[in-house]
Amino acid sequence: MTNGIVKMAGAAPFSFFSDIQWNDIFKASNETLYMLAFSLLFTVILGLLLGIVLFLFSEGQLLQNRALYGLLSVIVNVLRSVPFVILMILIMPFTKTIVGTSIGVKGAIPPLVVAAAPFFARLVETSLREVDKGVVEAATAMGASKGMIVLHVLLREARTGLIAAITITAVTLVSYTAMSGVIGGGGLGDLALRFGYQRFRLDVMIVTVALLLILVQILQTAGDMLVKAFSRR
Amino acid sequence: MIDLIDIEKVYQTGKKSSFIALRGINLKVEKGEIFGVIGRSGAGKSTLLRSVNLLERPTGGTVIVGGDKLTELTEKALQEKRKRIGMIFQHFNLLTTATVRENIAFPLRIAKLGGSRIKPRVDELLELVGLTAYQHHYPKQLSGGQKQRVGIARALANDPEVLLCDEATSALDPQTTDSILSLLKEINRRMGITILLITHEMGVIRAVCDRVAVMDHGRIVESGTVLDVFLSPRDSVTREFVSEVSDAFGSEAIDAYRAQGRMVRIHFRGGQTYEPVLYETVRRTDATFAILQGTVSKMKDVPYGQLIVELRGSDGEVDRIIEELGQQGLEVSRL
Ligand SMILES: Nc1ncnc2c1ncn2[C@@H]1O[C@H](COP(=O)(O)OP(=O)(O)OP(=O)(O)O)[C@@H](O)[C@H]1O
Ligand SMILES: [Mg+2]
Repeated sequence: MTNGIVKMAGAAPFSFFSDIQWNDIFKASNETLYMLAFSLLFTVILGLLLGIVLFLFSEGQLLQNRALYGLLSVIVNVLRSVPFVILMILIMPFTKTIVGTSIGVKGAIPPLVVAAAPFFARLVETSLREVDKGVVEAATAMGASKGMIVLHVLLREARTGLIAAITITAVTLVSYTAMSGVIGGGGLGDLALRFGYQRFRLDVMIVTVALLLILVQILQTAGDMLVKAFSRR
Repeated sequence: MIDLIDIEKVYQTGKKSSFIALRGINLKVEKGEIFGVIGRSGAGKSTLLRSVNLLERPTGGTVIVGGDKLTELTEKALQEKRKRIGMIFQHFNLLTTATVRENIAFPLRIAKLGGSRIKPRVDELLELVGLTAYQHHYPKQLSGGQKQRVGIARALANDPEVLLCDEATSALDPQTTDSILSLLKEINRRMGITILLITHEMGVIRAVCDRVAVMDHGRIVESGTVLDVFLSPRDSVTREFVSEVSDAFGSEAIDAYRAQGRMVRIHFRGGQTYEPVLYETVRRTDATFAILQGTVSKMKDVPYGQLIVELRGSDGEVDRIIEELGQQGLEVSRL
């Protein structure tokens, strides 16, 4: 008797989650991680290039060019001001031509990159601006080429800022991957939408949100630790 | 070694306004000498120094360093040439993310030296600037003087023929300034590197320079050996700088004095500074003298002295004394 009550009391909070198909959760988590990993990879590559170019074209920098800076700047601003959900729908034809589909996990990656890369590029530009101009000047005086200065001075000196920028972008991408569920992008967001919202499954909703929260926490903590490890100022 | 010919620099400050920072600068720095440029803030010193390695490209004129016309080199050739022109900065400009060792190795890596040749060279440079014990420290863990030593080692890494110093000691306290200046002097003496430095402190010029140019409003208003410029400044700006140095010759003490005899100023240079030239000369006459003011000091390594003396005696005797002092190589001017 006593045993049974204790068992009931102990099981009660868990019974709420007892109907969850953990397989589905596991699969969705994997999809989210997959989308995050690939979109972050391409975002960092493209955004870094774009950010460096933006910085170099800006006033007083190595490749100062007002026209090109203005042009790139407008493109970046436009992409950044379109809400992600709308951007996703807008670029569907483009998505289809490069990955062969505009839905599912694969179809989610191009819009994620197109949305996040300009955002990341601005963060890169800002981090590079933080680098002491004197150090760039010293390298120029030593006979370093512009390429060397970017590689060995700018990126190196801005590294903590860049790591922080990658962290922020990764966290932003997590929420974008969740939104991509709207067009059947898969992942935890998709799960939350299909079960949690359309079938009123509060339990699934809570679990997915908790998992997303844990993911963001891990990303942020890892980013902060790396910044600390690389900080020399 | 450095030849600046008719250098002009005009900054476009707005659509229609411009500012002339350098006006027709002509300057020749000989191989192996330490040349100083002094001037007030805004005189154009940094602009001048930075036009030597074309960090700031002059809008007119020719820059020649070690026989190469820098102003006519291609981007690539200029980069090569810059490897042989070292530069140090007021704010050191070290890589904050690199250790002392990595900072010194940086120009060697830029010059694409192999790792096996970098290591011994860096060891040598660390030794030279006395930072071997600090090689794994980061710049933020160093004092200003130590940071400037790293800057010097870095500038010397590729065996430059010329070292440019932009206010290298202006951010340092007096003792540290002295130690950095001695290091520069030693480098100049041991390796024969030509040094061009700019400063707004006469003390720096006096401590290390062989020759000096005084700048004002984008022009060189006076130049010559440090001793000449120091002992007989012609331009008012030069006079101001000279009077800043502690043992300069104020005239307050003798302004109010009404001399009975004739007052003269005598300059001694080099070995004569320590000889009893004045006494010996006056002793041969019936005249006497009173010393009203005097200084003996050193300009870099050259001793010099200045005396203000009142000669008392007949006109003929005083004239003879002045003439004889002149014949012995002293500079005598009547006050
Ligand atoms: N990029 C620029 N654009 C416009 N004017 C400039 C620029 N750089 C320097 N100047 C002007 O040129 C003049 C000379 O500057 P410079 O830095 O050479 O002076 P300086 O003698 O080194 O002074 P300081 O002792 O303060 O360093 C100054 O009046 C400055 O305002
Ligand atoms: Mg200056």
